Amino acid sequence: MAEVKTVNLTVDGKQITTPAGTLLIDACKSVGIEIPAFCYYPGLSLQGACRMCVVRVEKMPKLQTACTTPVAEGMIVTTESEEIAQSRKGILELLLGNHPLDCPVCDAGGQCELQDMTFKYGASGSNYVETKNHKEEQQWSPVVFFDRPRCILCYRCVRVCGEGMDVWALGVQNRGSSSVIAPNGGDHLDCEECGACIDICPVGALTSGAYRYKTRPWEMNHTATICTHCGDGCKTTLGTRQDNAGSEIVRGDNRDKSGINGDFLCIKGRYSFDFANREDRLTQPLVRQANGKLEPTTWEVAIEHVGKRLREVRQTRGGKAIGVIGSNRTTNEENYLLQKFARMVLQTNNIDHHRTADYPALLAALGGAANKAASLRDFEKAPAMLVLGNDPTEQHPALAWNIRTNVRTNRSRLYLANHADIKLRRQAKAAIEIPAHGYGALIRYLAGQESEFVPNDTATKFREALLAEPELVIAFGSEFRGRDLETLVAWALTLPNCKVAALGDYVNSRGAADMGVLPDFLPGYAPAAEGAGFADEYGAPLPTEPGMNLVQMMDAAGRGELGALYVVGSNPVSRYGVEPAVLANTFVVVQDMFLTETALLADVVLPAANLYEKSGTVTNTYGDIQLVKKASDTSGVRTDFEMIVRIADKMGARAQSMVPFGKGLRADLGQSRGAQSGEADRHAVWLAANNYEPKLSPFDPFATFDEIQRLVPSYAISRFELFSGADKAMRTDLVQIANFPADRADLVLPANDTLFTSGTLGRYSKVLHEVMESRETSPAETAAD
Amino acid sequence: MSTPTTIFSAELAARLDRLVTLYPVKRSALIPMLLYAQDEIGYCSDAVVAEAAVRVGITELDVRNVLSYYSMLRQKPLGKFHIQVCTNISCMLRGGYEILEHCQHKLGVHENKGVTPDGLFSVEEVECIGACCWAPAVQVNYDYVEDVTPASMDAAIDKYRQLARPQ
Repeated sequence: MAEVKTVNLTVDGKQITTPAGTLLIDACKSVGIEIPAFCYYPGLSLQGACRMCVVRVEKMPKLQTACTTPVAEGMIVTTESEEIAQSRKGILELLLGNHPLDCPVCDAGGQCELQDMTFKYGASGSNYVETKNHKEEQQWSPVVFFDRPRCILCYRCVRVCGEGMDVWALGVQNRGSSSVIAPNGGDHLDCEECGACIDICPVGALTSGAYRYKTRPWEMNHTATICTHCGDGCKTTLGTRQDNAGSEIVRGDNRDKSGINGDFLCIKGRYSFDFANREDRLTQPLVRQANGKLEPTTWEVAIEHVGKRLREVRQTRGGKAIGVIGSNRTTNEENYLLQKFARMVLQTNNIDHHRTADYPALLAALGGAANKAASLRDFEKAPAMLVLGNDPTEQHPALAWNIRTNVRTNRSRLYLANHADIKLRRQAKAAIEIPAHGYGALIRYLAGQESEFVPNDTATKFREALLAEPELVIAFGSEFRGRDLETLVAWALTLPNCKVAALGDYVNSRGAADMGVLPDFLPGYAPAAEGAGFADEYGAPLPTEPGMNLVQMMDAAGRGELGALYVVGSNPVSRYGVEPAVLANTFVVVQDMFLTETALLADVVLPAANLYEKSGTVTNTYGDIQLVKKASDTSGVRTDFEMIVRIADKMGARAQSMVPFGKGLRADLGQSRGAQSGEADRHAVWLAANNYEPKLSPFDPFATFDEIQRLVPSYAISRFELFSGADKAMRTDLVQIANFPADRADLVLPANDTLFTSGTLGRYSKVLHEVMESRETSPAETAAD
Repeated sequence: MSTPTTIFSAELAARLDRLVTLYPVKRSALIPMLLYAQDEIGYCSDAVVAEAAVRVGITELDVRNVLSYYSMLRQKPLGKFHIQVCTNISCMLRGGYEILEHCQHKLGVHENKGVTPDGLFSVEEVECIGACCWAPAVQVNYDYVEDVTPASMDAAIDKYRQLARPQ
């Protein structure tokens, strides 16, 4: 890497050394000197509109704007003085000239940059006597409201929408004092509804339909957790407030920019938490009565019933007659515990989930290679990127954001191969269009193998340019599975400095696969047939024959061979179009938030907490492991983790063998001389070796996280960094899948969600429905004014 | 690069086709394009905006951002003859305001840029039109009327009315 040229300058008497080309405002920030600015926003183009960042630079005439002035050798800068304060105060007085002083009711009150600056520079008085020019607020979309008089015309929203989102839905019309931010639809917005304009607004001019007039910022608790929707795993900070049924989420944003997604959130991360507050959410366990109806009952009765029936089926028909379907939206701890429960207690390998990417094939193809799996962060800075299939703008909005940002700010080269004309093509340096079923042929062509792909001139150049790239990250959609995926990864491993990422669909699809919610793999992709020491660790014999997959389970149920089906946070009946009659003779237990199609067929329905109501970890589709923190609460519901533990308990399993909590699981420090003599409590030893305290509750998911970290080598990541909010990449080098069957059924069924759908959760999200409905009706009807 | 469906005459369409090739970036052609379009259509209608956006490869919103900034680009139709009365200092001193009021009174249009019911005339108060030597001065479309008096203004209005009458 070329040596970075640096320059030395003096700011407020402090000596600073900073890379040449740095803007003065950033150079000051790096040494803790804050220069106020409304229009400046890191990463976006420079505007120089607000004049708040003025500083005195010696030997330069007039005050200079720090946001547009690059540092220079020997520069001597003053950032606070009487003169500067006077200038800023004057600017504020002008900005406040028409600004309504409705801070007490404004959403931004308490976290408004204009308010902060007014407090700092004391421009509360005004020399203006003219009446303020009032305009009614306008609704531009279900989520975006505009309050024109509050706007200070900083252009941040215009730039983040255009440059950041590549949507260009906002502009500035008219000029001078009649300038106004205008939406592209005339009186409404036709955009991706990401809400970035609202978050980035320094004042309360753009406000959110979800949050408007609901509360004040200081009345909320703020919890940074992971969005429950797509596979990108963005960090979203949820603002919660006490309500009658626990605590309610009123706002989602990412103002602290601390997450893997930086500045970005899409509509789902920002607004689609509203499913949690639905009136029709389940808050009581339901058990099917003799009259065939689902009736509410107590937790004790429901769990007892589930435990009893599952025990009966296990005793009379064996574990093979029980099926378990896991979730894409539960935590790693819950997934791990679910497979442990299935294998250890239910004695079955019949465990599966709705698969949206062929992760086992990916990890098998990587073959224990280190640093070959791309993190979401790699797409922020890689000098070249290849996207095969998928439509990241719709299905992986954070990835699309990173790609756009990388192209814009680092001139990264984007290569695109797709069967559709996807939006990212606008950023692509080179793109080729291929048939919908031509991905396998394409990758064989790129890899220089025999292929039915007929290259034209564009394709030849595309391949040449790709092969000439010294460093490349590849993201591929669910178009690649099995052998095609293997070819792709094998080719990628031959390229210099190449990393790959498989694009799966839900927040913890990757975690479900990693944690062994699969009929043929244990946690960490240990083959179920070999057991890989898990039987020893669990202290129980485990079934070794690979179980039935989801489709086979449904077939078995149809043949009357499935005595019981335990469904956690999934809706297979709707997703796979299962006929209700198929499950007629199966005892079905469903844990979910709503009466889904599957829940309607169940014998017992247990009301579950969602991802915002629990703690644990999740792994995004790139393998980045992140911490989930409990933000809100709904009375009556329980986490899937707790329910699994309680059902296991009712089935006679010892709680400590399910979740390693408390001290002394089978501690023997050499006192006894029996059969267990000398057998150390490995978990206790591991905890002690790592200086971790044993967890005190059987419902503490981090007790299971301890066990995961101990038993799944690929999850042996730094817990300090993880718990302090950082994302840590799963260790692919510690996954070893030997003898990966070439004919393994991948069963990948892509969710094909758009920006405004999100599986079952999307169906229960009011805001997503409103946005979709607003698109179907005529624009005039959607606008409020 | 010809736009397949155009709302403009063949001559103008050809001119606009060439216009976008004259600049390093196509969007630089936007302002002259809107001016030419306005001369032919009378104002920058929604259709003009839509076609201009396609021709220079930007969004309609971007076209409107520019269109709304410049006061000589108009988004509403004006009269066939647009009377622009200067009231800047030279004209003001020589009776520009009287001429403006006279026009408004005679034609019965009292708001700025108002149009007569027959659509023939519109009156606008404008800033300096660069004819201070002949103040007060009035510009009708691209013609100048100089050293205007109420009487000569009446004569000019009559002349334009005659012009508009079918021969």
